[in-house]
Amino acid sequence: MRDIRLAARSGGSAALALSFFALVATLVPLGVGADLKLLARVAGGILWVAAVLAALLSLDRLFQGDFEDGSLDLIALSPLPLELTALAKIIAHWLSTGLPLTLLSPLLAVLFNLPPPATLILFVSLLIGTPAVSAVGAIGASLTLSLKRGGLILPLIILPLLAPAVIFGAGAVSLALDGLAAQNALGLLAAFSFAAVLLSPFAAAASVRLNLGG
Amino acid sequence: MNFDMGAYSVYIWPALGISALALAGVTLWTLLAWRRAKARLAALEKRSSQS
Amino acid sequence: MNFLFRYANPHEFMRLSGAVLPFTAVATVLCLAVGLYLGFSAPPDYQQGRTVLILFIHVPAATMAMGVYGAIAVCSVLSLVWRHPLSDTAARAAAPLGALFTALGLITGSLWGKPMWGTYWVWDARLTSFLLLLFLYIGYMALWNAVEDEARAARAAAILALVGAVNIPVIKFSVNWWNTLHQGESIVSGQLAPVFLTPLLLMMAGYGLLFLTLWMVRIRTAILERRARNLMQAGTP
Repeated sequence: MRDIRLAARSGGSAALALSFFALVATLVPLGVGADLKLLARVAGGILWVAAVLAALLSLDRLFQGDFEDGSLDLIALSPLPLELTALAKIIAHWLSTGLPLTLLSPLLAVLFNLPPPATLILFVSLLIGTPAVSAVGAIGASLTLSLKRGGLILPLIILPLLAPAVIFGAGAVSLALDGLAAQNALGLLAAFSFAAVLLSPFAAAASVRLNLGG
Repeated sequence: MNFDMGAYSVYIWPALGISALALAGVTLWTLLAWRRAKARLAALEKRSSQS
Repeated sequence: MNFLFRYANPHEFMRLSGAVLPFTAVATVLCLAVGLYLGFSAPPDYQQGRTVLILFIHVPAATMAMGVYGAIAVCSVLSLVWRHPLSDTAARAAAPLGALFTALGLITGSLWGKPMWGTYWVWDARLTSFLLLLFLYIGYMALWNAVEDEARAARAAAILALVGAVNIPVIKFSVNWWNTLHQGESIVSGQLAPVFLTPLLLMMAGYGLLFLTLWMVRIRTAILERRARNLMQAGTP
């Protein structure tokens, strides 16, 4: 619960993620050119990648704050299972990144000339998929929490693991753009997200323990 | 042994060459690291047996 | 299990590997030499022409790339669950070799793809998941280097290796669902003529033996390096 309150207070990080997301969504058309059909084609992939990267921005702080001031040791010793704490942090992170990003996405889809049905699928795919980003991100964050200059290694570790989410999510948008049914893609994305959120607290807790205990 | 690759030589020889270089290189690197570690350990053991 | 733990002792490992190494080294050279000779002597393939030669270096590299990751995953389990002492060292030693095989697989595959199917690259299931495998290797090695405390690095890397191992089938499966450009591409569909199969098998054996040889040398090197470090720490009270 404390983490959710913290997340609410860290509206700052949400603003950062949203700004990054919007900035990328602006830069890509500038780089790619104003061909509207092309933009619609790449919208799913670009916006998905941008969302993942934006969510990454605040990940390294996920455990580090508590680690540095020693409260992580206390949390680990408390009767509350560490896995639950990890899950709480994942949810808090999603509330401050994935969810706002999802809410902003229809607006950005306009920049890419994405038609409404595809925009809807984009929205749904981000809604379903961004929890996976937070979950897998938590694994990376917990593995690297003791690193001072851990900066770049965190994306290096978790981006390959997030490939299925990007594949399914962006793939769903492409299908919708072609007028095809996207249920299968969304279903697979949901399965991936579900498995990620279910399993990653265990991996994250194990990593926290190893970093605390040594 | 037939070395005529015909039209595809521009693909085949680089592929073979890169593989050969890479595998030879990693073998060399591995052996050099081994020698270096062995020499270092020998020097340290000598020093500690003298002290 | 006891069998494995008998050689968990570095001394035992040094002894055993020292005895085995000459044989694996010689076997490696033999397999590769004969394999290459037969490969070059083989007639041009009906469909592939002389590019079948790339098959002889591509398939072994790709197979090793995945096999080595499997070995790392097994070592990671041994390390986390049974606390097998040498398995951390072994996993770390194997990683650069696996990454190299992956890179070679990608390069040779690309050079094979252009004459065979007209393109250097395509985003289908196999290639994409193979490329991501390379990134998994790099991340694994980076994590080992980034965490200062060795024991922690070992366990963190083990966790990462296992998470990645879970994800590899997911990646393969998820990209499979994707649009595949070359659906009917069944490279080695099991109907390889003996004149090609024999060199291929020899090359695969050769690559495997090369890996085992180099792996053992790297583990031995790591053991020596640790002894050296211990000596240095003992000498500076």
